[in-house]
Amino acid sequence: MNSIQVNGISKAYGKVQAVQDIHLDIQSGELFGLIGPDGAGKTTLFRILATLLLADAGDATVAGWDVVRDFRQIRRHLGYMPGRFSLYQDLTVEENLRFFATIFGTSIEENYDLIKDIYQQIEPFRKRRAGQLSGGMKQKLALSCALIHAPRVLFLDEPTTGVDAVSRQEFWEMLQRLKAKNITILVSTPYMDEAQLCDRIGLIRQGRILSVAPPDELTAAYPHPLFEVGAQNRYQLLQDLREYSPTRSVFPFGEFLHLSTRHPVDPMDIREFLAARQHREVVVRPTEATVEDCFMNL
Amino acid sequence: MKSFFAFVRKEFYHILRDRRTLLILFGMPVVQIILFGYAVTNEFKGADIGVWDQSKDALSTELITRLEASGHFSLAYTYQSRDQVERAFQDAEIKMAVIIPADFGATYYSGRTADIQLITDGTNPNTANTLVNYASAIVQGFQREQTDNRPLPFQISVDSRMVYNPELLSVFMFVPGVMTLILMLVSAMMTSLTIAREKELGTMELLLVSPLSPMTIILGKVTPYILLSLINTVIILAVSYFVFKVPIVGSLWLLLGLSLVFILMALALGILISTRTTTQQSAMMISLIMLMMPTMLLSGFIFPIESMPVILQYLSNIIPAKYFIIMLKDVMLKGSALTFIWNEMVVLLGMTVFFLLLSWKNFSIRLGG
Repeated sequence: MNSIQVNGISKAYGKVQAVQDIHLDIQSGELFGLIGPDGAGKTTLFRILATLLLADAGDATVAGWDVVRDFRQIRRHLGYMPGRFSLYQDLTVEENLRFFATIFGTSIEENYDLIKDIYQQIEPFRKRRAGQLSGGMKQKLALSCALIHAPRVLFLDEPTTGVDAVSRQEFWEMLQRLKAKNITILVSTPYMDEAQLCDRIGLIRQGRILSVAPPDELTAAYPHPLFEVGAQNRYQLLQDLREYSPTRSVFPFGEFLHLSTRHPVDPMDIREFLAARQHREVVVRPTEATVEDCFMNL
Repeated sequence: MKSFFAFVRKEFYHILRDRRTLLILFGMPVVQIILFGYAVTNEFKGADIGVWDQSKDALSTELITRLEASGHFSLAYTYQSRDQVERAFQDAEIKMAVIIPADFGATYYSGRTADIQLITDGTNPNTANTLVNYASAIVQGFQREQTDNRPLPFQISVDSRMVYNPELLSVFMFVPGVMTLILMLVSAMMTSLTIAREKELGTMELLLVSPLSPMTIILGKVTPYILLSLINTVIILAVSYFVFKVPIVGSLWLLLGLSLVFILMALALGILISTRTTTQQSAMMISLIMLMMPTMLLSGFIFPIESMPVILQYLSNIIPAKYFIIMLKDVMLKGSALTFIWNEMVVLLGMTVFFLLLSWKNFSIRLGG
């Protein structure tokens, strides 16, 4: 069964087209990633699906319910974690969780199993005000609050933005465990490395979905030769590679540059080109495409 | 029902944990009533006056003594010329000048009209008016005593008496006004602020994406403020009764009932404002401009409605505070029962229902924009 179905959703704010003609089919129990830069329309799409905004055109269903007509049912069965930390800062960890449990007509005890893995990590601080938690702990609390009513579908809007690397990794491990409990998860992120952890990803830019595929398929389908290039003076390296005639595109990637070329070239050829321009400690090796490469290619 | 109580409890946490909110809620009413009661007053005690007595006879001397003896005036300067009087006003030495013409006593006793001139500083008309009224009253009393000795065949004596507030204590006027202002502030402004805060912090997004109905959210928001506003009403009444000796002639229950209706009306206005704003700052500005200003200026609290331009008089009819102040004064000072004020009551109740419906209808089940 399709858990989330989006048919031609469009929404504009005045003259700015936030999302345009979006089509998506997300399976029940799938972990689907929406990957794109800031301002791509991710949050708008989330809000439309969360019944918070009305689309200008198109329709969508979440867990089989129409986002406009059946908004009450969706609100009962949806877990939503907005992009910004949106809990009550002046309430304690426990008070926040209890409040959200109660307004969904349940209790912490009833669904404790579901949130145990996550909540146990912040339980020692349950008497602390939410505003005084660290970024990683806030995020765990927000996830606990979004899960406390055992939702069928979970929307996470950039949950790892502003969170340290260790917490990010823990967070994604938690998502994998939730997926195992057959909760459909729609997650958005600007981090390309997190895309690899999703079942399928949709690349979104300027309000349009550019492609939808499992991350492996997406990267395997990368059509151009790709090299990892490094040298002592990285800035000069970037400038020089832009003048290298076979270059299609070149951009920084970690401590190296990713260079894609119009046609297959011998790494030796690149090395010679760079040696002629007085680069030292030159590294050139062919590499596999990542999601980021695919995104830049679109 | 359970979620409603959870919501109310959450609201109380917000209120009790924010020192600023607490200060506005409970500090301001007391400060305001004491400020208005003591500082902002139309009464004068020992206002400095100057006298240019060109007559210097027994009658003029006695008149001056009488002015001083009233306690409202104190004789600060005596002058010898009009120039001196003029300079005294420019230097702001005095608040009023009394000019007695030559042959004052002789003119009076010969049966002709004896004039005296009172000069006040018109840049402060309220003060000027009050001083002239005081002085005229004293002069009239003085004249009456004089004529008693030599009765005239035709004499109209005006004997005015201010009922309900015989000493014209201004604190009697201010208590209902301050109460109105504070209830408006606590109920309307605080409610619009707390809803705007949920929007600003993004928590409104979570409340909307929950099974809570708009009605539960509104009632949950409003219930704590009804309670706090009632507590405030009692505090204000207690301060004015015990500190300023303002009598509460009418029924206390009727007074509280009236206040409750007005509180509900103000809360509805607060919700209405919050449906139109997304930040605390704009909610505050709208509350101050749309609610506070009319409540202060057009309700009859500071300026009497009867002396306003006609168009403002019509405008004052849509200011809920006007009706509340009329009823408060009637019940507190005159001891009127509900049967005497039902006209105003119906208008205020109508406004309450209207604004409640309007704010409920305007409360968006989705994000605005």
